[in-house]
Amino acid sequence: MSLELFLFLVFAAVAAVSGILMITRSEVVMAALFLILNLASLAGLYLLLNAQFIAVVQVIVYAGAIMVLFLFVIMLLRPEHEKIVTKISGIRTFAFIIAALVFVQLAYVILKSHPGSALNSDVTASVNAGTVESIGTELYTNYILPFEAAGFLLLAATIGAVVLAKRKFE
Amino acid sequence: MLTEFGKIFVFLLVAVIFVIALVIVAWLIRPSRPTKEKLMTYECGENPEGSPWVKFNIRFYVVALIFLIFDVEVVLLIPWALVYRQFGLGGFMVGAIFLIMLGLGMAYEWRKGDLEWERAKIIPPVIKRPVFSSKETREAEPVKSKQLV
Amino acid sequence: MSLLQLIGITAVKILIIFTMMMLTVSYLVYFERKISAWAQNRLGPNRVGWYGLLQPFADVFKLALKEDIVPTNANKPIHTLAPVIALFVAFTTYAVIPFGPDISLFGITIPLVVADVNIGILYVLALSSLGVYAITLAGWSSGSKYSLLGGIRSSAQMISYEVSMGFSVAGVLLFAGSLRPAAIVLSQHGWMWNALLQPIGFITFVVSAFAETNRLPFDLPEAEPELVGGFHTEYSSMKFAGFFLAEYANMIIASALIVTLYLGGWQVPYIESIGLPAGLVIAIQIISFFAKIAFLLFFFIWVRWSIPRFRYDQLMSLGWKVMFPLSLINIVWVAGLIMIFRL
Repeated sequence: MSLELFLFLVFAAVAAVSGILMITRSEVVMAALFLILNLASLAGLYLLLNAQFIAVVQVIVYAGAIMVLFLFVIMLLRPEHEKIVTKISGIRTFAFIIAALVFVQLAYVILKSHPGSALNSDVTASVNAGTVESIGTELYTNYILPFEAAGFLLLAATIGAVVLAKRKFE
Repeated sequence: MLTEFGKIFVFLLVAVIFVIALVIVAWLIRPSRPTKEKLMTYECGENPEGSPWVKFNIRFYVVALIFLIFDVEVVLLIPWALVYRQFGLGGFMVGAIFLIMLGLGMAYEWRKGDLEWERAKIIPPVIKRPVFSSKETREAEPVKSKQLV
Repeated sequence: MSLLQLIGITAVKILIIFTMMMLTVSYLVYFERKISAWAQNRLGPNRVGWYGLLQPFADVFKLALKEDIVPTNANKPIHTLAPVIALFVAFTTYAVIPFGPDISLFGITIPLVVADVNIGILYVLALSSLGVYAITLAGWSSGSKYSLLGGIRSSAQMISYEVSMGFSVAGVLLFAGSLRPAAIVLSQHGWMWNALLQPIGFITFVVSAFAETNRLPFDLPEAEPELVGGFHTEYSSMKFAGFFLAEYANMIIASALIVTLYLGGWQVPYIESIGLPAGLVIAIQIISFFAKIAFLLFFFIWVRWSIPRFRYDQLMSLGWKVMFPLSLINIVWVAGLIMIFRL
């Protein structure tokens, strides 16, 4: 067994187990912590695929920023209020249906797609494709418009998020 | 490059083992003589009042929200910064437009007062009745203190 | 280089870094107490060992032998996890910081860094973004009002300054064109130190580093007059020592980062051109790296005794209204410099 396969199995196992633990915790903070662990192990998987930029962004943005926001919201709600959600009827069935649909979709993509047909078979090319430098070069040459659109979207988010947050809590 | 990441992985593992070993060793050598009062939450010697999970200011949530958006912008700007040298004026313009939009977002927050951290307004109680009930002060107007900000 | 050599060298480097970190952290505590005493015209620790030099060990043993008190309404697993996260983050950042040029020993070229990854600086940013959890969780899990308020305050402080820190780093990356710390050091050859070329970015980074490490004048999380001990009110024994060690380890990391990003790393201007023997040059360079860090650590303590603590609203408006716009201006400034002078 090669080292890469071994590391893949380790990260995948951590991701799967932490995902299961996350949805079975009754304490919300614990669930959030397992979600952080899950996101971190996904970053490890990205790294194994030589997608370095995605891996770091996964940690900085998802594990480092979005989850901080989640934790703040959890802390804002007091622990007494935690049990309200489970009382909404039908939410379990709904969740199961959604999860099953996503699972079928993923399974279809994995089994039916042709990996490598669109990718370069050259290993060094695929290694280089994931570096931050090559992503920067792509942003300059082929993806200037999406890059600026992302900036514009974030501007809209800056305005929208704060307006909504204020209306919700005041 | 994967070997370098492997070294980091080993480093992380060593750090985890080291820290956990520290916790376990400390757990082995320290005494444990808990009493009910020792395990009470510290509240300056008084018995704790109410739930410890007090409701805090909503501003903290707004700060986290703003942080999230600007953090994404940092992450998007870093690939731009890395290859900036290879592209001349065009590269400058690409970054400039992005930065202008970022600046607009910041200006909006600033204008709307979301970057403002409101200080608690200290409003001293208005004294309805004079404290001293002597004849001179009884008929006097109630004392109104100025509202401090 | 064979696999065995690679493993051996890496193991030695990791060992050296861990011992060095533990020793410097304990002696940093000692030096802080000595310098504080000197600033306040006191003597400082002078009983344990020669000039009090064994004081750090006495402190560690004392803390380790204390009873660990966890309040009844604390969340025990998370309460234990929080200092573990703090220590873990503080120790692991050092893996990517180069402390000298490549050296050759017995015919093998050894870079003086544990892992020379091409996303080194992003790795540091990622880890420091995880450091927030230690404080948030410590505050939340203690089950105390002081801890909760202290924890939420300091996490808001840390995330606010993280943004300006990220933008300041982007300024450095514009110049270096690489995320490898070693390349960033090499880009500052001669007097081309980033501290001189982009003084605004240097200032915003240093201020953010102070805020990220929760040091005075930004030690609001502790704020002893109103919040007792802030997020570590309910911590005792080795768990408290964990936070304590992490704070000092973070100081060292912050200094090392400032040196690497802005003060030329291990480089001494024009030392290669004097004509000294190669071994001596490398020795001077390694010593200069540690000397720069030592000076910055002294600076940290110096600031502590010179500037009064900020109020919380001042702290937040300094972060969002001064440091954040300044770090944006710095990016434009650096981009303009490169455009105009073709540096």
